[in-house]
Amino acid sequence: MAPNPYFSLALLFAAALGFGLAPLGLAWLWGKAFSPAKPNAVKNAIYECGLESAGDAWMQFRSAYYLYAIIFLIFDVEAVFLLPFAVAFTGLGAGACGAMAVFVLLLVEGLAWAWAKGVLTWA
Amino acid sequence: MAVEEGLKIELGKQGVFVTTIQEIYNWGRRSSIWPMQFGLACCAIEMIATTMARYDLARFGAEVFRPSPRQADLMIISGTVTKKMAPQVVRLYNQMAEPRYVIAMGACAISGGPFKQGYNVLKGIDRYIPVDVHIPGCPPRPEALIQAFMTLQKKIDGQHLTGEGRPRFLDAEAQGEFAVPEFGEHDLEPASNRGVWPLPAVIRG
Repeated sequence: MAPNPYFSLALLFAAALGFGLAPLGLAWLWGKAFSPAKPNAVKNAIYECGLESAGDAWMQFRSAYYLYAIIFLIFDVEAVFLLPFAVAFTGLGAGACGAMAVFVLLLVEGLAWAWAKGVLTWA
Repeated sequence: MAVEEGLKIELGKQGVFVTTIQEIYNWGRRSSIWPMQFGLACCAIEMIATTMARYDLARFGAEVFRPSPRQADLMIISGTVTKKMAPQVVRLYNQMAEPRYVIAMGACAISGGPFKQGYNVLKGIDRYIPVDVHIPGCPPRPEALIQAFMTLQKKIDGQHLTGEGRPRFLDAEAQGEFAVPEFGEHDLEPASNRGVWPLPAVIRG
């Protein structure tokens, strides 16, 4: 019976796995045998910049930031879609042009709304 | 039982390499001391110069400056430690994984240096954390920092895995936490950690 052609691959995989796991296992055994773990509150702190962390990470952000999200969509993400549209423009059918027009008009509507609301004036 | 030094040299001449787990362990630790990327003042400029091509700290296996205390072995106190900064330094030291070492670099880090009389300067970081090597100088030249590295490597080489003289991180009884000072009304509280900075014994004639 001929050996499976993938047998050498399996062998290599096992060797690679062992190569990675053996040092981890040895380090774990070494830690068990010699160096005792001494955790404490300061050591287990989340931040490691030297300062104490203030407050909770699950804080609420101001909802006013959604304006920036909308303007970002209008000016940045729209350009990403406009570029392939412009490149393929001559070969596009009426349906594709209509879909794109709806997409652009939706964003233009957002821009008009933001403009009317005075978001674009940075004082 | 360890092989005697003379016999080991004799065997080495014959091409037989004899070692102990302890020696390999110490060799591994001293050959890959990763410092923390942490500069406090003008000494940090000399520390940076030490890592660059001219002085080449990489020869000692210590060129990998880690930005996180979790991944660093060595804290180089490079410069003036103000009282504002001292709690952060001690906290970072606490957050380093064992084994950890400290080099106090320059006059300020070991004693307060030219700012010793200042109300805002800590008179030596060894008031709060155990320092392995002190190097004087204002600032010390890169050669002096390399000298400190070699001194630290010698110190690591001499450490024992077991027994009474084993280092702190191998000792389950030894303390692992060093109290972080807080801002008091006039000074840091406590003004020093008596565990690492004992009062000098008064000898009366």
